[in-house]
Parts: sequence; C-alpha cells; structure tokens
Amino acid sequence: MTSLILILVVTLFFHGLVFRTKSLLSGRQGPGLLQPIKDIWRQLRKGAVFSDTSTIIFRIAPGIYFASVLTAVLCVPFGGIPGLISFPGDFVFFAYALALGKFFMIVAAMDTGSSFEGMGASREAHFSMLAEPAFFTIMGSLALFTGQLSFRDIFASLHFSSSFSIAMGLLAAMILLILAMIENSRMPVDDPRTHLELTMVHEVMILDNSGFDLGLILFTTNLKFALFGALAANLFINTFPLFISIPLFLAVEAIFAIAIGTVESFVARFRMGRNPQFIFTITSYALVVFLFVLFITGRSS
Amino acid sequence: MISLLSLIAAATIVFLIGSICIVIAPVKIKAGIALSLVFIYGCGSSLLAYHALTGAPLEMVIADTTLFGDIPLRIDALSAFFILIINFTLFTGGLYGANYMRTYREQKANLSFHWILFIIFHLSMLAVCVIQNGLAFLVAWEIMSLSSMLLVIFEHYKPETLRAGVNYLIQMHVSVVLLTLGVIGLFTHTGSFDFAAAGQLNPAAVLPIFACFFVGFALKAGLNIGILPLNTWLPQAHPAAPAHISGMMSGVMIKLGIYGILRMILLFPLTENQNYLRIGWALLGVAAASGIYGIMLAIIQHNLKKLLAYSSIENIGIIGMGIGLGLIGLGMDNVMLASAGFLSALLHTLNHALFKSLLFYTAGTVYHATHSLKMESLGGLFKKIPQTASLFLLGALAICGFPPFNGFISEFLLYSGLYQGILHASPVASVLLMLAILSLVLIGGLALLGFTKAFGVVFLGKERQPLSSDNTGETFGNLLPLYVIGVFILSIGLFPSAFVRLLSQPVALFVPQFSFTAFTSGSTLLGTLQHVSWSVTGLIAMSGGVLLIRHFITSPRLQSVSPTWGCGYVGDAAKMQYTANSFVRMYRKLAESVLLVQRTKVEIKEVFPQKIMHYETHIGDILETNLIDQPLVWTKRLFASFHFLQNGKIQNYILYGIVFMLTVALLTWLKLL
Repeated sequence: MTSLILILVVTLFFHGLVFRTKSLLSGRQGPGLLQPIKDIWRQLRKGAVFSDTSTIIFRIAPGIYFASVLTAVLCVPFGGIPGLISFPGDFVFFAYALALGKFFMIVAAMDTGSSFEGMGASREAHFSMLAEPAFFTIMGSLALFTGQLSFRDIFASLHFSSSFSIAMGLLAAMILLILAMIENSRMPVDDPRTHLELTMVHEVMILDNSGFDLGLILFTTNLKFALFGALAANLFINTFPLFISIPLFLAVEAIFAIAIGTVESFVARFRMGRNPQFIFTITSYALVVFLFVLFITGRSS
Repeated sequence: MISLLSLIAAATIVFLIGSICIVIAPVKIKAGIALSLVFIYGCGSSLLAYHALTGAPLEMVIADTTLFGDIPLRIDALSAFFILIINFTLFTGGLYGANYMRTYREQKANLSFHWILFIIFHLSMLAVCVIQNGLAFLVAWEIMSLSSMLLVIFEHYKPETLRAGVNYLIQMHVSVVLLTLGVIGLFTHTGSFDFAAAGQLNPAAVLPIFACFFVGFALKAGLNIGILPLNTWLPQAHPAAPAHISGMMSGVMIKLGIYGILRMILLFPLTENQNYLRIGWALLGVAAASGIYGIMLAIIQHNLKKLLAYSSIENIGIIGMGIGLGLIGLGMDNVMLASAGFLSALLHTLNHALFKSLLFYTAGTVYHATHSLKMESLGGLFKKIPQTASLFLLGALAICGFPPFNGFISEFLLYSGLYQGILHASPVASVLLMLAILSLVLIGGLALLGFTKAFGVVFLGKERQPLSSDNTGETFGNLLPLYVIGVFILSIGLFPSAFVRLLSQPVALFVPQFSFTAFTSGSTLLGTLQHVSWSVTGLIAMSGGVLLIRHFITSPRLQSVSPTWGCGYVGDAAKMQYTANSFVRMYRKLAESVLLVQRTKVEIKEVFPQKIMHYETHIGDILETNLIDQPLVWTKRLFASFHFLQNGKIQNYILYGIVFMLTVALLTWLKLL
C-alpha cells in the first residue's frame, strides 16, 4: 500500500518536474509543477469525439491500459514492505500486465483506420518488443544477486556491501531509466513535443483520443513513469525505516525526473531507423550486468 | 482378454454401420452421424482416460495377433491427458466443422468421405496414444497421417491444395522412416516390439535409437530441427485445409509428436551418461531457435492461416523448451526445475490446443464471410462479425501469453522454472538459461507484434474490399463451440491451480518426487498459482471498475462522431490506412538478413507517371529454400544429365539389356558377384 500511495503522489508531480527541468535548462520559468496534472484534470471533464471507423475496442482500450499499469503498480514493493501483489516470479506478471495494456493501445490505434496511427502502433509494438528483453535480464541479474524471485524479496535482500555491487546497482538504475524513456516514448527514442506526426511514436497513436480517454491515457503515462522511477528507487531504499526510506524514495524519483528532463534538453531524437539499434544495446548492457553479477556472486559448480 | 476384444469388435461394428449411414444419409445429417460417433468414442475413451488420470493406469494386451504378436495397450496418466485433449478438440472442432462444411453441401460424395475420414482420424489418434507395440503403433501412426492428409485435400480440385497435400505426405514420411528405423533398432536389440522393452536396452544403444524416435516425433510436432527443416508442410497444409481440420491438426495432431517425445523419455533408460542433460540442453536450444524462427516468419505472412500455422511452430517451440527444462532438471536432480518444465510443457500443450483451434475456427468464419484470407484485402470486420472478432481477440491475447488467459499460466511456469534454474545452476548453465529466458521474451514480444497485426489489420479499421454478401454466417449457434473453448481459456487463466492439480499425475510419471508442496523456496507451487489467480482476478476487476467509472463519467457528456482525423485529407480513407505490410515494415527491415524477402518494385521515374506503382513482397523460408529446394534442384540437374539414356529408341534399350547381362556374366566369371 505504501508504494501505491507514494507512486500516486509522485505521479502528480513527475511530469511537472520534467517540464520544469527542461524550462530551467533552456532559460525559461516554465509552468508550475502541477500544470500537467491540471491539464489532465481538464481533459477528464471534457466531452469526446469518436472516429466513425472505431469500434468498442477503441473505447475500452484506455481503461484497460490504465488498469494494466495500475496492476503493475500494485506489484511494486516499498523496500521490505511487499506490494499488494507479491509472489515468486511477480516481475513476470508485472511485465505481462504492462504488455496487456500495450496490446490494447496498439489495436486501438489500428481501430481508427488512420494512416498515422497505424504507424505509431507499429513503432510502439516494435520498440517494446526490443526493450522487453532488457527488463527480464536485469531482473534475472537481481534475482541471481539476491537469490530471490519476487520483487519484495529481491529488493529487501539487496544490500550493497562492495564497490562492485554499488556499481551494479547504479548500472541497473541507469538501465531502468533508459527503459522508462523507451516505454514512455521519451527523447532519444521519441520526441513527445514534436508537431510532425511522421516523427512521433506514442503521441501519434492517440491522435483520435479525446476527452476522458485522452486524460486517462496521459495520466497513465505519468503513472508509468513514476512506476519505473519507483523500481529504481527500490534498488536503494532497502529495509531502512520509513522516515529515511520515504524521503529517499522521493529523492530518487526526483532525480529520475530531473535526469529525464536533462537528457531531453541536450539530446536530439534519433532517426527512427536508428532506434532499434539503440534499444537493443540496452539488452546487451543488461547482459553485461548479468555476467558481472555471475562474476561477483562467485558461484562455481 | 474377452471384454477388450469384444469392445474393439463393438467399436469396429459401430464404425462400419456409421460409415454406411454416412454414405446413404442425406447431406444434412452426415455431419451429425459422424459427430455422434466421435461423441460415443470420445465418451468411452474419456472415461478410461479419466480413471487413468486420477491414478488408475490401465494395461491390456491383445495377445498373439498374427502380424504383430502381442499388442499391449496402455493408458497411463500421460496417454490419458492427451486422449482428453484429443476428444475435446475433435468434438468442438466437429461441431464447428458441421457448420463450416455447409457451404459445400453440393459435393455429396466428397462430404461422405470427409466425415468418414474424420472418424478414422479420431480413432487413429486415440490408437496412437494407447498402442505400445512398435509395429502396430506405426500402422496407427500411418493411418493418422494419411487420414489427415486426405482431410486436408478436401478441396482437391484446387491445384494448390493438392500440392500442399502431397508436400505434407512426403514430409510426413520422413518422420515415418525415422520412426521405423527406431522400431527396427528396438527390435534388433531387444527382440521385442513392445515399447516397454526399451528399458532393457544396453547403454550404448540407447542414444542412437532414442535419437531416431526423437527426431521422428519432433518432425511430426513441427519442431524446426536446424538442418532438417521438415516442418514446412505446416504453413502450406493449413491454409489449404478446411478451417476445422487446420484447427484440429494444429491443435492436437502435431501434439502427438510431443506425446511421442514424452513417451520415449519415459521409456528409455536415460539416467546414465548424463543423457538427461545432453538431451535436455539440445532440446532447449533447438526448441528456442525453432520458436523464434517460427514467430519471425509468422509476423511477415500475408495469409491469416499461414500466420497461425507458423505461430504453431513457435508454440511447439515453447512446449519443447518446457520439456528441455524438465530434462535438465532431471539431469541436475532438481525437482523444482523438472516439475516446472514438464508442468509448463503439458499445460502449454493443452493451452495451445485450445487457443490455436479457436483462432483457426475464427479464421474459418472470416473466410466464409469474405472468401479471402489475404490480410491486405481484409479489414474492418469487427463491425460485420463482432462475435468472431471478439473470439479472435480472446485467442490472440491468450496466445501472446497475457494474463488473465491460459497462455500466461504455462509461460509463467516456464519463466519460474528458468529463473529458478539460474539461481541453482552452474555459471555456464546460468548463462544458457538466461539466453533461454531472452528467447522466450523475444518470442513473446514478436507474438505481440504478429497478433496485433493480425487482429488490427483483419478486424479493425476500414474495409479494404467490400464484402461480397451480407450473409456472414455468424450466429451464436454456429459459434457455440468457440465460446466453449473460450470459457476454458479464461477459466484456466483464472483458476490455474484446479487445472494444474489435474496434471499432477502425468508430471509425477517424469518426476517421481513431484509434489505441489515442495516447489519454490518459501512458497509452494499451488500457493504461487493461487496468488497468480488473485492477481489476474484483480486485473479483471480493475479493468471492469475503470470501464464502469468511465461509463458513468462520460455518458452524461457530449459525445460526437466524426471521421478519423486525416490531417486535412478527405479522400479514400480505406486506401490510406496502414496495411499489414507497412505495420511490420520496420521489423522486416531488421529481420531481412535472416529471412528471405523478395521484393518486386516498379519505380516511378517520370514526372507524370503513366503506370500504377507496383510493390510486392514475397516471403520465403530461408531454411526450406537452401536446405530442401536447392538440393532438389541439384538432384534434378544431376539426373537430367542422364536424360540421353531414355531416348525412345528400342534398339538402345535392347543394348542396355545386353550390356547389363554381359556385366553380370563378367562379374560372375570374375567371382565378384
């Protein structure tokens, strides 16, 4: 429950923090921290326009997307405190629940019969297919490192005793950061602020969504960001008492958001054709982490 | 045993009477007669199977038959499990097929033949699961292959159907050759045709004979064994066959290859020489590669049924990975690994039978409604056939392994096993298991791409070609068997522990120490599955809740309908929408180096183009092209160089005869013959 509440709180500020970082770095004041959430709130109260091509799939997809990400959030523990969903192998469930939402968003984009949205759907399916192995490798490495198979047990028994293991933790956090950027279609992979449909990934999928559905999708995107931030934070909060771990959690999430803002300020979007290579590199980083763990756990047959 | 013989005699008489009835009955009730026969046989065998599955294996011997000697019939938990799958799929498939075949009611003789073969197909598959005399087994196996081949070529007046059938026939017989070799090997070493005699083989002979059986069965299952890519009949035969036949072949017949592999693992003494480990690793590797290759080809198919057929190769790969993991577990004396592996393999066998038959049946309905399976000419079918579309979506979600459906449960078990293995294996083994996990993840990701394409392009968006008629043949009654399958798919996903409990006996055959209580550290298997069950229920409840809230919030608001946003373009939207080919373009670019993609493209050069731009891609199977087609071309060329011998001149032929006789005489004289 702790993690659920904290993630929901972070969700309110996350995008605001990213925007504020970008504004400050480009020498502007920028909107308030709560502006993105206010925008979403406005969307949620609006009426909607639906495409005449679309079917029920288009209408249920945002809801299922939100529910799937929320289910994934329930899997995330808070250090030693397990999430509502916790069992050996829960991270497999986590990944597959997220993918379920993605499936619905992809087919919903196809549902409009638009020339643009199919493009976004194709890219989304393609990039997530390439990004998924990295997550499973990094979880495999953590499982090997701790000898545990559930999020809670892994994070609770994660302790960085040597400089090797600290390096591993940082590397893992970095991979989660890059994964979050791919999953949420942020800068090096996708430019959410672009105004050209041909260069979008996630934005172009939701061109036809409006009103409540659009608000829900935008909120889910925020939630997903906070979710990956929470995973990264879990790498560090360990089983500290709450008065240390809660500030630590918020700090890691803030660093996560600021890092994303900073990267977006200085890096240009890749050419679309280069993305697969970039995404696949992450898997190889993750494999390096895995071999590294194999080395430091020093197991021999 | 008198009762057994009389039982077989009764079954034969019922079959004969039934066949005669089918021939003379009017077209309308032919299918009904066949179905009731399948129902009778199904009930009888299911009853026996249920007893065996709950712990009372049966063994009967037909003693001293003239040709085969003793024919032992054994129904243990493993056979029982497959018998139940066969009966369920054949019955639902038959029900669906009865409606499907209505279009062909003019072809009376053809239909009679079809339904009689349908019964033979059912009986031969049951026989394969039960007979344990090598020779009799081969006969049953052959009957199964032949009857399925004849079922495939129902539309034999179409040349491409016939070609697919012949291709299937030939490839199947490579598998039969290997199985025959295995049986011969078994007989020469033990002097018995009884499979159980394999237990007495001397250690040196175990591996070669096992390999014969193993490869033979693997070919039937459609596993792509690298240098022997003889699973190419699958993607050719399935589009050619009627939908219910494709569904049943993919759903259960190829699973009998899996049955054969599992049976041989049980029978052969593999404990020595680290055989478990060797075979396990080999199978894990081959299955992972086959799975990836299968789904990689599935994605770029333009024909819906072909896509499904390739995806069968992928799923057989997942099942194979489960068996491989189980064997590795046995080799490492790790009960957790072994049970997770075999459990996931068996459960995925059942799961794949359910969702793949469902998908093929829905493809059949699509074909009936549109008379086409080419994705590029389909589209927007959700509005025309909403029930079929929803069922297809259900099958697609299940085959991608998403919770809350059954595919997730078996893949989850496999993942847990593989991750467990990483924690307990040696470093090298850990790395290999990690690669296996990566293959499984990649398969999952590719399946997402393939099935979003299939569902999105065929059922969503705008129609690419107008429907020929409004009568789509979609009624609740016609789709009833599909709904039944759908209920099973969902209930396995929601209540996995109940179904896994049923599997405890078959798994215990492989892993004697198997119990549900000693599975994972700190948590039992059933406990974990209970958690999974709660979690997926939570997922459904949450989705339902969110959609309900959405309904209450949005229903009072203004909702309007307008055309899809087209960036100002108001022309023909159907032509502008994303096609199947463009949906996977990025993937195709990436995979081109591994796959064989031929492109024909007419470039537009002039400023005012006169001709229509034309673009076409053809997808070939690189393994088939290089390892089967190319050698065939060479062989043909080699033999063509002897063509001058057959020149139609009688005197030359007489000359050949004389030369032959002289050679024989000479060799005899030289004492060489």
